[in-house]
Amino acid sequence: MQYEAVIGLEIHAQLATESKIFSGAATRYGAPPNTQACLVDLGYPGVLPVLNREAVRMAVRFGLATHCRIAERSIFARKNYFYPDLPKGYQISQYELPIVHGGYIDVICADRVKRIGITRAHLEEDAGKSLHEDFQGMSGIDLNRAGTPLLEIVSEPDMRSAAEAGAYMRTIHTLVRYLGISDGNMQEGSYRCDANVSIRPRGATELGTRTELKNLNSFRFVEKAIEIEIERQIDIVESGGTVVQETRLFDAERGETRAMRGKEEAEDYRYFPDPDLLPVSIDSALVDELRAGLPELPVEKRERFMAQYDLSAYDADILTASRPLADYYEDCVRHSRARPKLAANWVIGDLAAALNRADLEIGESRVGAAELGALLDRIESGTISGKIAKEVFEAVWNGEGGVDEIIERRGLRQISDSASIEALVDEVVAANPAQVQQYRDGRTQVLGFFVGQVMKASKGRANPRQVNEILRAKLG
Amino acid sequence: MSLDSTDIDKLCELARLAIPADEVADVSAKLSDIVALVDQLKAADTAEVEPMAHPLDRSQRLRVDSATEDVDRELYQDNAPAVERGLYLVPKVID
Repeated sequence: MQYEAVIGLEIHAQLATESKIFSGAATRYGAPPNTQACLVDLGYPGVLPVLNREAVRMAVRFGLATHCRIAERSIFARKNYFYPDLPKGYQISQYELPIVHGGYIDVICADRVKRIGITRAHLEEDAGKSLHEDFQGMSGIDLNRAGTPLLEIVSEPDMRSAAEAGAYMRTIHTLVRYLGISDGNMQEGSYRCDANVSIRPRGATELGTRTELKNLNSFRFVEKAIEIEIERQIDIVESGGTVVQETRLFDAERGETRAMRGKEEAEDYRYFPDPDLLPVSIDSALVDELRAGLPELPVEKRERFMAQYDLSAYDADILTASRPLADYYEDCVRHSRARPKLAANWVIGDLAAALNRADLEIGESRVGAAELGALLDRIESGTISGKIAKEVFEAVWNGEGGVDEIIERRGLRQISDSASIEALVDEVVAANPAQVQQYRDGRTQVLGFFVGQVMKASKGRANPRQVNEILRAKLG
Repeated sequence: MSLDSTDIDKLCELARLAIPADEVADVSAKLSDIVALVDQLKAADTAEVEPMAHPLDRSQRLRVDSATEDVDRELYQDNAPAVERGLYLVPKVID
């Protein structure tokens, strides 16, 4: 039988606020344990939560960017469970009336656009962290993360393959970074994901029993874990069994998913409205203000790049993957008379490679956008060849000076006057009588050998087009 | 609706409470009375009534996003039974 997978994702994006969602404690990553856990975060008696304005604004901006409805009135609820990294015994979350709901985002997967529904996105607080090693049989609890604002983004079960789930997760990742509402740092846990996975016979409309996969903290793991889980479920059904609804952990090392113990007790969080928090009102003036302040979104930017700079979908995709990269590219194009396509090739090619080698972000590039623009101008005007430009780029990258300075100091200016090139050609022709004879006997492919020799003699500076022309004339 | 001993067991599990076996019947009867009261409330027709999230007819006040709290870890951890390297120590928990 043919099966299809049905996948929905719950993404937790940590919001990039200065302070916690309900307290004035800092949210900086990597602080010494429990130095950013204030009395509110610790759940001391008598404290009251006060909602962070910025967290609300960020959630609304996300909603606007994903065509969601913004709730005029939303409420916070208590999600009750016991765990040592949750000091209050409940997590403040949203249940019945989330801040935004009912939207979608278009995702590109295997060159096709797929629309993924967004059921809702709600605000909630993160829990602390448990450390299980090295405490004489005890667990250590760090509550710095407790109370950090999260936006939980819940998709419709609209994805049909691991690749689609990966594409959706990447698209949302790009979006939250464009919006500046999350740094999306997956190593630090600022962007994480759970996946609900089920299978059904292809064409069926009813949903199969789903399992929930946890601990998916990289794009690669999400795709891998879902693939493995789909296979596992198909194996069960094919061998006459039934899939059990449960939470499973992905073990990247062993390449398997396995049931989490201790959660057999059907989850019963006994949600109820948090009496410490009043309903949140969002009026249309605020929504309008936030809508007007939205940046150009990835999809729009990608389309504009294709139209305005005549780029392929591939180039536009890469260049718009992050806002700083797109900004660098546009800055470079603005500073140059060269074709935008040439700029794209350099940014995606040599620049990206250099950044990669040095493990730097685009914002830390050692060749500025204006400097790269100047380099492209010298290529376009024929001052230097594309090959020499790589040498110049290297030198600028290594801090040896500006583009023109390096070209002059190293004498890299392209030789374009015919007399000089003719002199070089004459030398090479005179030194290689055997090859000249071959050429004249009709083995014209030795022209390549001559071009190579002349370029070598000019230390790569001769204009290759002219070298070709002059060689043909002299040999002919 | 009345609660039986299975319901009580489940509630105890969720609330991390232990009720001595000889008190289960009594607790069960009392809780059932409370649930009966709720059932009575549920009988009211609320089709036209918007659920009340909070008894105060006001909206949540929002706080400016800035880190204003100084954390005195030593003071806050003073009442913790066990602390090591700044961490609270608790009986081992593993999923």
